[in-house]
This record gives sequence, structure tokens and C-alpha cells, in this order.
Amino acid sequence: MSDTTDRTAYLDLDTKDETFLDATELVLNMGPQHPSTHGVLRVILKLDGEKVLGTECVIGYLHRGVEKIGENRTYAMFNPYVDRMDYVAAVSNGLGYCETVEKLLNVEAPPRAQYIRVILTELCRIASHQVWLGTHALDIGAITPLFYCFRDREEILRIFEKYCGARLTTHAFRIGGCLYETYDGFEQDCLKFCDFFLPKLDEYEALLTTNRIWVERTKGVGILDPEDCVALGVTGPVLRASGVKWDLRKAQPYESYENFDFEIPTGLNGDTYDRYLVRIEEMRQAVRIIHQAVEGLPSGPIMAKVPKVIKPAVGEVYHSIEAPKGELGYFIVSDGSTQPYRVRVRPPSFVNLQALDKMVRGMLVADVVAVIGTLDIVLGEVDR
Amino acid sequence: MTTAKPEAPAAAKPAEVPKAPASAVAEKPAASPATGDKPTPAVAQPAPPTAPTTVQAAAKPAPAKPEGPKPEPWDSELSARLRRQYGTGIKEASTYLGQKYLVVDKSIVYEVLLRMRDDELFDYCVDITAVHYPKREEQFDIVYVLYSFHHNERVRVKTQIKDGESLRTVVDIWETANWLEREVYDMFGISFDGHPGLKRILLPDGWKGYPLRKDYPILQQDQEWVQINLGIESGQ
Repeated sequence: MSDTTDRTAYLDLDTKDETFLDATELVLNMGPQHPSTHGVLRVILKLDGEKVLGTECVIGYLHRGVEKIGENRTYAMFNPYVDRMDYVAAVSNGLGYCETVEKLLNVEAPPRAQYIRVILTELCRIASHQVWLGTHALDIGAITPLFYCFRDREEILRIFEKYCGARLTTHAFRIGGCLYETYDGFEQDCLKFCDFFLPKLDEYEALLTTNRIWVERTKGVGILDPEDCVALGVTGPVLRASGVKWDLRKAQPYESYENFDFEIPTGLNGDTYDRYLVRIEEMRQAVRIIHQAVEGLPSGPIMAKVPKVIKPAVGEVYHSIEAPKGELGYFIVSDGSTQPYRVRVRPPSFVNLQALDKMVRGMLVADVVAVIGTLDIVLGEVDR
Repeated sequence: MTTAKPEAPAAAKPAEVPKAPASAVAEKPAASPATGDKPTPAVAQPAPPTAPTTVQAAAKPAPAKPEGPKPEPWDSELSARLRRQYGTGIKEASTYLGQKYLVVDKSIVYEVLLRMRDDELFDYCVDITAVHYPKREEQFDIVYVLYSFHHNERVRVKTQIKDGESLRTVVDIWETANWLEREVYDMFGISFDGHPGLKRILLPDGWKGYPLRKDYPILQQDQEWVQINLGIESGQ
């Protein structure tokens, strides 16, 4: 794109920062085609030598108008579209949407469907965190975790594929419950994965947790204190790593999360290293939840009584779930017709990305890469 | 399933309007000869091919269709306190399907939101968005979704403004409002006074029109922008 000149014209970066040795400031353009921006994110950096004076994010390269599409499709037709927002955690997106429409219809999925949903969503949380860990470590220079994570993620995708036929954009759930009954051996596959995965997680940790380079690159980098997190609306592991013990699965349990015993890991310092530890621990807790859900999987129907043509009464509902990246909310307005009058998606990545500027000011350029990685953004969800 | 919708006209889509008389006819074909413009052909069309099924269809949904959930008044200390201070400025305090919301006059929405954060401890602004109702005089609903970590409670604060009117920004209350308000501006063309950098966020600069308005069809796009910047005739 040849628009760099007019782009810099409206840079509203803070000019009051003192410069080092009166050197001329440098404006550096990072992205949109840059391997460590995890998609098409453009960050305009204002630098003094290697020190970051300020940043500005330019987003929207992947904007597909998901909310507008939603207004022009029926409730059921829009369901597969949400998988394409956060495409590494498609199951969570679908869960949030189905739950919101169910809330609007005032129905609840039957217990068996809820348990299946919990199992798949937690598997999806692990898969999403694996993509995060692999790419984040790769950005910082550790190449092995990427291969390990993707190798082990394959097992999860295999379960998804056996369950619903798709690996990435799963469309696993339907409004009112699940369409598919579990396949033969689903429970064994899940338990086998749990037993297989825990040692692998220790393997990731053996590579990184006490690795001197990893620690030096992540400790004290991109610190967010709890007050900043709340003011910026940051949620998910980033919030928890700053010491706020808040998880929607505990705070406002949806599905059947109140039946499961699990911990909410929190950090102390709110730096990149703590966020790493929190996510690693979240994977362990997800395994615990899967174990309990598989063992307690009730029998019964998997679909609630939902009319063939979904026509919720006039009204509006906001509902959110704890997606791997944070609070994923849907605000749906119904006018009583078969199509939503308005679908608003509250994406965690979009809101979390806003914290980037605060996190990297005063740090080094190399830390920008670490911080983008630790925020765990997916541009498909930021831009929608 | 055909829902009886008494309040629908206010919220009905333009595309839905032609459908409405048809569904009304289907519900009670014989009883209302004066509803549609041409009632006799409308009744005659569905009747001959499947006469028994239409009788069934007309008979079945009628009992199985209780009224949808209705908003109920929300009586709480919080709403009472706000009412005491702002009087009729709080137009409505209701719950719908267990979710609480306030409808607030646009002149006091900033004060109410500030109060919600400082006194009522709604410290987390989850989302800011808008809904467009082109047929209303006050065309836009602006919705603030607030959450309180202290009470573990979520409340929506809504206000209504006309096209061309602006609201005071809440960036000084919650920093997170910065991008959220920019997105509302980008998609609906609603401006926020005092915003530190109100410009498009998802669409390119120089894009014409506001896509989430109801008068912006799904296939429409800014041809001029596409031709200049992408060098192609049309993006379709």
C-alpha cells in the first residue's frame, strides 16, 4: 500500500515524551504483513532508538462485516459464521452464540448436551492455548514449542473431526443443544487425551518455565496492574495474571460449570511471564474439567424443544461466556422475526488489544513482539 | 410458528413489512376479512392445495403460543436511588429474562454512568454499542453494558438519540470506551463529543456511509473507494 504518507499525518501519538540525547524520533511501521503480528495487524511505532515512545494500532484488514451478515441471515444460518471470528477457538464462539439465542428463546440445553458442550469447549480452550504458546514462543525465538504444541493439538482436532466432521471451523453446536450424539469411543478418546496431554504439558514447561532466555524475555515485560486492566476492560488470562480472580465460569456459571471442581489460576505481577504461567495452569484445569465431565456425562436427550423456525419474541439479551481469550459477549436484539434485528459481538481480542499501547510504552522494540504474543489476539476476531 | 407481535411495528424491519399481513391472514383466515388489501385471494391461495393442513396449522399454534416474556419493572435499591436523584430522567428500569436495564434520558446519561461507576461500583464497562431504528424519531439506541466486580451484576444503560445528535464521550470514565466508541462511530456515524481521536477503526479512512445503519443494504459498498484504492471496478 502506498498510503504511508497520509497515514502518518494523523498520528496522534503523544509528543511530550522526552527523547534520549535529542535524537530524531523514528516512526516505524510494523505489519500488516509481519509474522509476529499473528495476522494482519498494523502497529505504528514511535521510537527513540530502541525505546518505544508510543504506538498506534491500525486494524480492520480482516473486517468482513459479521454483524451486518447476522442481520441478514436467520438465527440458524448465522451460526456457522461465528466460527470464523476466532478461528482457533471456533467451538467457544459457537457456544456463546447458541447460548445467547437460547436465552432469548428462554430455553435451556438438556444436561447431556451441556456436558458435551463443556467437554468440547474445554478441549477447544486447550487447543487455543496451544496455538498461543507455540506462536508466542516462536516470536521470542524458541522454535521447539511450536512443533510440540501443534503435534499435540492434532489429537484434539482429531476428536473434533470425529465428532462433527470439521477440524477448525467446527459448527459443533446448534441452538437448543447439540446436533450430533457422541461417537462410539468419544469418552475413551477424551480420557486418553487427558492422560496423554498432562505429561506433554510438563514437557512444554521443561522447555520454557525455567529457561533463562525465556525468563529474561518475559519477566517484567508488558506489566498491567489490576486497575489498568479493569479500566481498559481487559479480560481473560490477561486480567487473571494481574491478580484479579475473575472468571465467568465461576462468577456467572453458564452451561453446567457450577458442577465442576476447578481452580482459577491467578498471577501476581501482571507481566508476560505470569500470563504464561496462568495459561499453562488453565490448560491443567481444563483437563480436570474434561475428566469430570466425561465421568459424569449424563444420558438423555441432546436437544431441547426448539421450534424448527426460530422466532424469538421481541426483546434483547446480552450474554457472555469465558472464551479462551476473555469475555466473549453477544448482544442480540429480536424484532420477533426469523432474523436477528441486531447482533453485536463483544470480542475479547478487540478490547484486549487496546491495552497494547499502555503495555509497551517505555519498553524496547523487541518487547512489542512479546507483548502482542502474550495478549493472545486473533485478528479474525478483532476485525470481525 | 407465527408470533403475535403487538409492539412489532416500532421494531419491524422494512423487509418484514410486506410479510406481516400475510402472517396475520394465516393466523385467522376467516375471522379477519378486512386485514389485508386483497383478503379473498390471500385466503384462497393457501386453502385449495392443502386444505386440511392449513386447518391444522391454524388450530395448532393458537393454544401453543403463550405470550413471549415481557419486561418487568425492576425494583431495587439501585433503581430507587437513581430515580430519587434523577426523577423522570430515568425513563425505565426493567428486567427482561432476568437481565436488568435502565433507559435514561440522553441529557443525563453521562452523569448516570459516572455515578454508576463511582457510587454503585460498576467499574467495568463491558461494551458500548448501538441499534438503529430508522422509523423512530429518536433513531438510535446507544447501549452501555456495565458490570460490577463487587456485586457480580450486569446492568445495561440505554439512551436514545436522534440522527445527527452526539453524546458526551465516556473515555474519561472508562478508558476502554475509546475503541468501542470509535466502532460505534465507524458503523453508525454517531459522534461522541470530547473523544480523543474519533476516526474510523475497522473501515478504511475515507469510506462513505455507515454500514450498520438499516438503510445501508448488505450488498452496498463504497465503489469510489474500491476503485481508487484497489484499482478494480467493484469488490463484488
